[in-house]
Amino acid sequence: MYDALVIGGGIMGCTTALHLARGGMRVAVIERRGLCMEASGVNAGTLSLQIKRKELMPYALKGWELWKTASDWLGDGVGFHQLGGLTLAFTDDEAELLENKMRERAEAGAPIEFVHRDRAREIEPGLSNHPVLASFCPLDGYAQSNEIGRAYRAALIGAGVQVFERSTVSSIEKIGANFAVTFGGNTKQARRLTLAGGAWLGRLGALLGVELPVEYRVNQVSVTERIRPILRTIIGVVSDPLSTKEGPALGTSLVGTLTLKQSSNGTVLIGGGWQGIGDLDRGGYQIRPEYLIGNLRQAHYAIPALADARVARTWCGVEGHVPDFMPLAGPIPGVENAFVVGCCRGGFTIGPYLGRILAQRILGQEPEMPLFDPGRFAPAPLVDSVGAGRP
Amino acid sequence: MTAQHWTDLLVLGAGPAGASAALAAAEHGMDVVLLDEAADAGGQVFRAPPKSFVVANGKRIDPDFHIGASLRDRLAASRVRKVFERRVWFVAPGFKVSTFGPEGLEFWTAKSVVVASGTYERVVPMPGWTLPGVIGLGAATILLKSQQALPGETTVVAGCGPLVAAVAVGILKAGGKVGAVIDAASPGDWARALPSMAVRPDLLLRGLGWVGRIRLAGVPLLFRHAVVEVRGGDSVTEIMARPVDNQWRPRWDVPARAFQCDALAIGHGLVPAVELTRLLGAEHEFAAERGGWVPKVDEDCRTSEPCLYAAGDCTGISGAAPALLQGRLAGLTAALDDDRMAPEAFAQETSALRRKLQRARTFGAASARLMTPSPGLLDTVTPDTVVCRCEDVTRREIEAAFEAGAADLNQVKAWTRCGMGPCQGRMCGDTAAALAALRLGGREAVGPWTARTPIRPVPMETLIGEYDYEDIPKPAPARR
Repeated sequence: MYDALVIGGGIMGCTTALHLARGGMRVAVIERRGLCMEASGVNAGTLSLQIKRKELMPYALKGWELWKTASDWLGDGVGFHQLGGLTLAFTDDEAELLENKMRERAEAGAPIEFVHRDRAREIEPGLSNHPVLASFCPLDGYAQSNEIGRAYRAALIGAGVQVFERSTVSSIEKIGANFAVTFGGNTKQARRLTLAGGAWLGRLGALLGVELPVEYRVNQVSVTERIRPILRTIIGVVSDPLSTKEGPALGTSLVGTLTLKQSSNGTVLIGGGWQGIGDLDRGGYQIRPEYLIGNLRQAHYAIPALADARVARTWCGVEGHVPDFMPLAGPIPGVENAFVVGCCRGGFTIGPYLGRILAQRILGQEPEMPLFDPGRFAPAPLVDSVGAGRP
Repeated sequence: MTAQHWTDLLVLGAGPAGASAALAAAEHGMDVVLLDEAADAGGQVFRAPPKSFVVANGKRIDPDFHIGASLRDRLAASRVRKVFERRVWFVAPGFKVSTFGPEGLEFWTAKSVVVASGTYERVVPMPGWTLPGVIGLGAATILLKSQQALPGETTVVAGCGPLVAAVAVGILKAGGKVGAVIDAASPGDWARALPSMAVRPDLLLRGLGWVGRIRLAGVPLLFRHAVVEVRGGDSVTEIMARPVDNQWRPRWDVPARAFQCDALAIGHGLVPAVELTRLLGAEHEFAAERGGWVPKVDEDCRTSEPCLYAAGDCTGISGAAPALLQGRLAGLTAALDDDRMAPEAFAQETSALRRKLQRARTFGAASARLMTPSPGLLDTVTPDTVVCRCEDVTRREIEAAFEAGAADLNQVKAWTRCGMGPCQGRMCGDTAAALAALRLGGREAVGPWTARTPIRPVPMETLIGEYDYEDIPKPAPARR
């Protein structure tokens, strides 16, 4: 019998579990693959405040701080680098959008300033002469997302959390006041349950008899071979991630934006949410070459020296989202002692903080900042109470 | 503008299997595109000499020369569209393929695909194996056959399988010096293979002739030995060899023997190249005696995916002779499935082919068994030996990942960067998996690495091409 079971071993699930265990609970994490092997570990690792929505900026600042201090609370620095970041506008329309967006985000607390082309090229000598305006945030950086699974595993085990990997949950039943979670040939019981399955949250919710309106995007990422230093900042381009007035919202658009940086090992990572093809149930992802090319052209338009590099690898990660593209973090309505955390745009940056404040709530403390009510979509539970009346 | 092409059948790889498949399908009226990285058809065994060379004595250097030449002649006379010097970097179900080469970026769409991607070399690492002067046995074969060049002044030839003796003799014939021949197998292992190999007396005799030739040249011939260290400053100057036990574990209690050399040609068999079949969604199985993970194919070369066929050594190491036959079978099956052939004609045409294939495979299987390293050889991979040479990852770092709880190959990759470099794990993948299997109980449990696009590193300039800012698709920015 556990005090809490966490289903899903990504950043949010692992951080929740870690803080619950440190708060004195007996905890287990159940993960379908290995810890942080999906979106948490295969995203481009960008920690940029300039690409965070203003509503989430206070959370993003907290999350950024957590990655910066990861060696203190996670026991591993996970390759955090603060490089400073430039967001570029290449046309007058984009410059206007950049001013609007970044002013909002600066007001929300991110230390963002506007810089003109010459100043931008001082900050980033690798920059082309195409930008007409740029914004700069000295906090932008990255962490090595591929290393965090190892760090979380060590931290969880050190905190006494039991970790079940390669364990796909097949059922969740309510037995009295307890949850009984079955995976492989195992059934574990706990008084509290947290669903943290990222893009798979809809499927996990269904096992519990609740509807979580979770959809997903398949984000493409590419990396070059190691090359000489060609850029030293995090580069982005302006876009409106939730454009509604004209054109498709990025939430449904296949076309992404840009995140670009050179890692300390010399490889250049190019991402931005261009859409590949994936199937959660069958597994396996395919890239769309036309979008790879679009993404690379964007990167090259900003940093011309990229033309000399070779693309070594591309891959995809699945990112879950709900209709308003805001996070889920809080108690699941209608099911006592069940919680959910996930679906956060910019989840790599913000994820550890969401895990922390959800853990505060589960531990019966007042969360440092408000949670994100999973009941805001008013999904009535599929049945009156979990387990009752189900076949 | 990027070129777009359409065809009935796309054959990926123009070695013996791919070339035969293309010819067979074209005979039955299919429009066939045959793609390969090399400048001409032939693959590794029947490799064409560079166009800048005149080969006056091809037959003398390479007894298989005429087979490749005749294959190329038949292709030249056929309706097969031969598209060479193209690297496949992208494949997707459906079938979409993209290549880069002299014409830049090209996209190909086909109703059916035959994958005949061949193999790559397996080298079980040992300290110093990344020094200049160390090359694979396959690479040495290419140098000798195609470039007519020697690996060094004095070459030590080592490893396991028939390629060891073949390379040593190739060097001797070309006038080079062989410092030693070091074979992990024992004469007994070879003797056990003889009955199966007797189905091809020509090849068996050729093999026996190799051994005679090595002895005649006075080259030290060490059976049941392994190279345990490569020494040198900027390049190889010396190798150390030790006897191995019946599991090919080096005998650390027996003094090592040193051989001076400036080149080491070493290899421990071949690994099927299955990135293409993997990315195309075919089911695979692990077959150690056939080289590793292979696509599951039926007796007519169909994979688990409709209209996707595989033939040759990428379906399991068997050699060039079976590949010629199996390729033809794959091409005929593609024609049958595309209604270009009546089932009766197919049955008639393939019955003799299947019998020949059966015989050729008996020899190929015996040869493949001799190429399969015994697990004890992994002891040459000492803790400080580099396993992944692209990312400089040592065995110690890989073992540390296991200690930290990594329980499959993709986790090892994420935590150590082993296999993340430009070769995408083609060099280290088999060793990393074998090390993982020691810990985690078998290669099936460890799983393979996820195959990733691009299949070969692609120059950024090729992918982006000429473009204007307006050519970059973007979400429409909102105006406020």
